[in-house]
Amino acid sequence: MTVLSALARPGRTRTLAAYGLAAALLLLAPTVLSPFRLDLLAKFLCLAMVAVGIGLAWGRGGLLTLGQGVYFGLGGYLMAMHLKLADAGPGGVPDFMLLYGTGQVPGWWEPLRSPIAAILLILLVPAALAAALGWAVFTRRVRGAYFAILSQALAAAFTILLIGQQQTTGGTNGLNGFRAFFGYDLADPANRLMLYFIAAAVLLGMVAVAHQLATSRFGELLVAVRDQEDRGRFLGYDPALVKVVAYVVAAVMAAIGGALFVPIVGIISPADVGVVPSIGFLIGVAIGGRATLLGPVLGSIAVSWAQTSISEQFPSGWIYFQGALFILVVAFLPGGLASVAGVARRRRTAERSRA
Amino acid sequence: MRPRSLSRHGVTRLSTVSLAALAVVALSACGARVDSGEAAPTAAESCVDTSGDTVKVGFLNSLSGTMAISEQTVHDSLQLAAEEINADGGVLGKQLEIVSEDGQSEPTVFAEKAGKLITSDCVAAVFGGWTSASRKAMLPVFEAQDSLLFYPVQYEGLESSPNIFYTGATTNQQIVPALDYLAEQGTESLFLVGSDYVFPRTANKIINAYAEAHGIEIVGEEYAPLGHTDFSTIVNKVKSADADAVFNTLNGDSNVAFFKEYNNAGMSADEMPVVSVSIAEEEIGGIGVDNIEGQLTAWNYYQTVESPANEAFVEAFKAKYGEDRPTSDPMEAAYTSLHLWKAMVEKAESFAVADVVAAADGVTFDAPEGQVVVNGDNHHIAKTALIGTIGEDGLIHTEWSSGEPIEPDPYLEGYDWADGLS
Amino acid sequence: MDIIAQLFAGLSLGSVLLLAALGLSLTFGQMGVINMAHGEFMMAGAYTAFVVQGVVGDAGVSLLLALPLGFVVGGLLGLLLEATLIHRMYRRPLDTLLVTWGVALVLQQVARDVFGAPNVDVRAPAWLSGAVEIGGLALPRTRLFILALAAVCVVALALALRATPLGRRIRAVVQNRDLAEASGISSRTTDRVTFFIGSGLAGIAGVALTLLGSIGPTLGTNYIVDAFLVVVAGGIGQVKGTVIAATALGLMQAFFEYSTTASVAKVLVFVAVVAFLQLRPQGLVSVRTRSLA
Repeated sequence: MTVLSALARPGRTRTLAAYGLAAALLLLAPTVLSPFRLDLLAKFLCLAMVAVGIGLAWGRGGLLTLGQGVYFGLGGYLMAMHLKLADAGPGGVPDFMLLYGTGQVPGWWEPLRSPIAAILLILLVPAALAAALGWAVFTRRVRGAYFAILSQALAAAFTILLIGQQQTTGGTNGLNGFRAFFGYDLADPANRLMLYFIAAAVLLGMVAVAHQLATSRFGELLVAVRDQEDRGRFLGYDPALVKVVAYVVAAVMAAIGGALFVPIVGIISPADVGVVPSIGFLIGVAIGGRATLLGPVLGSIAVSWAQTSISEQFPSGWIYFQGALFILVVAFLPGGLASVAGVARRRRTAERSRA
Repeated sequence: MRPRSLSRHGVTRLSTVSLAALAVVALSACGARVDSGEAAPTAAESCVDTSGDTVKVGFLNSLSGTMAISEQTVHDSLQLAAEEINADGGVLGKQLEIVSEDGQSEPTVFAEKAGKLITSDCVAAVFGGWTSASRKAMLPVFEAQDSLLFYPVQYEGLESSPNIFYTGATTNQQIVPALDYLAEQGTESLFLVGSDYVFPRTANKIINAYAEAHGIEIVGEEYAPLGHTDFSTIVNKVKSADADAVFNTLNGDSNVAFFKEYNNAGMSADEMPVVSVSIAEEEIGGIGVDNIEGQLTAWNYYQTVESPANEAFVEAFKAKYGEDRPTSDPMEAAYTSLHLWKAMVEKAESFAVADVVAAADGVTFDAPEGQVVVNGDNHHIAKTALIGTIGEDGLIHTEWSSGEPIEPDPYLEGYDWADGLS
Repeated sequence: MDIIAQLFAGLSLGSVLLLAALGLSLTFGQMGVINMAHGEFMMAGAYTAFVVQGVVGDAGVSLLLALPLGFVVGGLLGLLLEATLIHRMYRRPLDTLLVTWGVALVLQQVARDVFGAPNVDVRAPAWLSGAVEIGGLALPRTRLFILALAAVCVVALALALRATPLGRRIRAVVQNRDLAEASGISSRTTDRVTFFIGSGLAGIAGVALTLLGSIGPTLGTNYIVDAFLVVVAGGIGQVKGTVIAATALGLMQAFFEYSTTASVAKVLVFVAVVAFLQLRPQGLVSVRTRSLA
């Protein structure tokens, strides 16, 4: 059976074929793209990781989170701090602290000297924050819109904190100028290729995890809680717990995306994690189809690509385009582009059955 | 494989296989480690094409987002400089071909677009950047690709990259002379107000060190988050501190709110003058001349500077963009940067980065602000410091001048009081 | 002395927040629409003041003219938004957030293309410049004016909601849409009028802000997050809650800022709101409804 004919088939076969096709495309991309474009694609893949999490929390769970930038930023900053310390060598002090800080590494940076601790913290810190915040908010049955606004305020507060603590976070400059990634020279094209493959593998892994979760009992509960929270509660389930789990998974995915973004792009700054980028993460998800498996990923990559190529041609055009996308897709096509395919397919099937 | 045999586990199985495949590829793709001692093959192999009649240069300014307010003006004056150079026969006989990119007011985008300009468009040099964050983001890109950036804005110093030329003032050409001027005027106490980011923080560190050495008392130091719009508390603090003068490093919109509040609280330039280092001619209209008339600024160029070169520059700029458009220090520094690059290339008789850098020392240009000279060691340029008063015509008039160009000293090594700063 | 000055600063900031949030308390609080373009309606009001001053010239007359005109401009923009997009989305409140975010982006860029990227200035009238001295305390006249304006807007809105037939219809639709329709109230018309008034209030806020700060394409983004926090903390459905929340947030910001820094104060205020919602998830004042949540 060819991939293309599988794509035309319904249900799981199609998902599987699409997944295989995506993996194959990602594997082949380095052969056709210039190193610069490949770096861009790797960056888009990192942003798409955030989208996978949002697809789960928002698409399946109805939790509109306007603060994913916080988790993306936590992952990114933790990774950046580790890379900075690693560049400085054992006992060394990162360059920006010598220039703008006290010339000493603050105590809360120290654990990040160890690569293993860094990786653990990248996963645990966002998870703990999301769990705490989610638990606090969802057990009090705070409504959807309230949650959205609170998560947005969280993003605003996070940015202000980052900017205010310039001596230890780099302030508006953020952290940048990394030389190596776990010992591998970042200037070496072979290592950049390796980073791309890591990003691709992690993204595919996340999609697989999201698929497992969505098709599991948990996934069904999540949708049930989204659509009829009270009924879920009356049936003996704890909707808050279900929501917290989805929120934590989304947060960790965003954090991993942020952590890989740092060595690939070479910088993380408050401009990447605030209110505006946090909303920016949503647009790809909305366009691709929030409640589908591959929709958020494809939508996110497409939007990133469009942003780069449109802004290369018309600077202000991108803003209009982005605004128009938000308006048209969300207002008139809430299922995203994935629903267009669905509608078309249903129509085809209907015609066939009539014929 | 028959479709029926596929379960949800099919996806898991396929993903396991593809993940394993990608992991193998990723590991086999490993390159040099930094600690292994082997030289990493650098990506920097210049692709600049100088075989034809043209040569490409990149302009990288924020044409959208919050910084577009300021950076659009720099973009305009770069365009003017490019037109002049092309009309004058180009650089080494080659016409400039401009590739413009939008930095979108985001450091990450600046880094990305810098990479694109260097590796995809193969430009010989890039002109642009405004915020410190954008420059810091681009710096590693230019160093890794061994390409050239010309940065046209006054900044916080403490930097000297072999791949960047800084044509705006460093601290000893703007902040230190402003302090000298205040000390000369008999100022005994200062209040520091700034936006919360790297330039004001660093500037205020320098001001504190200077004040300590010169017997000036710092009676207060306040930072407002970027985009802060309510200054009643900060103005209250300024008012009750009753300093001789205020040193203002606020950025952008915050200046408007600050000066309106300052006036409304009943203070004026006569009682407590404010010295600003980020307010240039084009910002005055937005703040309102009424709100800021009589206050002081510190720069290296004003539209009112009297020189033949400036007359020509102002006239050409107004002819191209309209009578109502003022010229300002960053615009002049950007205009100068393109001309300086031309002079360097012509001295080197080559577009190659290494040749241009080698030829840079001592290159001069008769800029609107006066003659400027490139310092080959730290890549800054010698500039004359000017303290100005904002007039009711909305322009800034020179009040005090350092008289001669000040040699750039980004690390303030020539100042004893600045010992502990970097 | 300083405490009184800070008290005034806090009240004054509270009045600015109140002006920004009052319209939202109608559109978000009463109708459930998360209008992210509310800030851009404020921007439109501010630019209205700029245009009016350009035409009229005299600062005093133009300010007084700009207030009603700003209301109309903001209101019409809101009406347009409601009629084209929002009305099809009342069942999907979270999606209104994203759609109006798109609208906000477009409006900002339109302002940039029409009025240019640099900020513009609106002159304050002579009778609003300087400060009133009371017992050695200088109270800026612009701040007093905005306090008074906020008070007038609140009273007018409260009266309109309580004492007019229109207000009765609005309240009826908010409390039970189906029952209101069954009683012969046109919920379509009521929605539109409510949205017009809420957006118009944003326009007025924009005109008032020209007295304090810069007028640029991103004016609204500086206020939108704070304004939503005020409404969330104040609770849904009543003007009273919004007034108390705005005042409280203003005072907190002023006093935190006085004892720490502006940045820390902002973070503390956010934390305080989140903590407060832990205690009272429905906000300060809430209308009792029969929903489970």
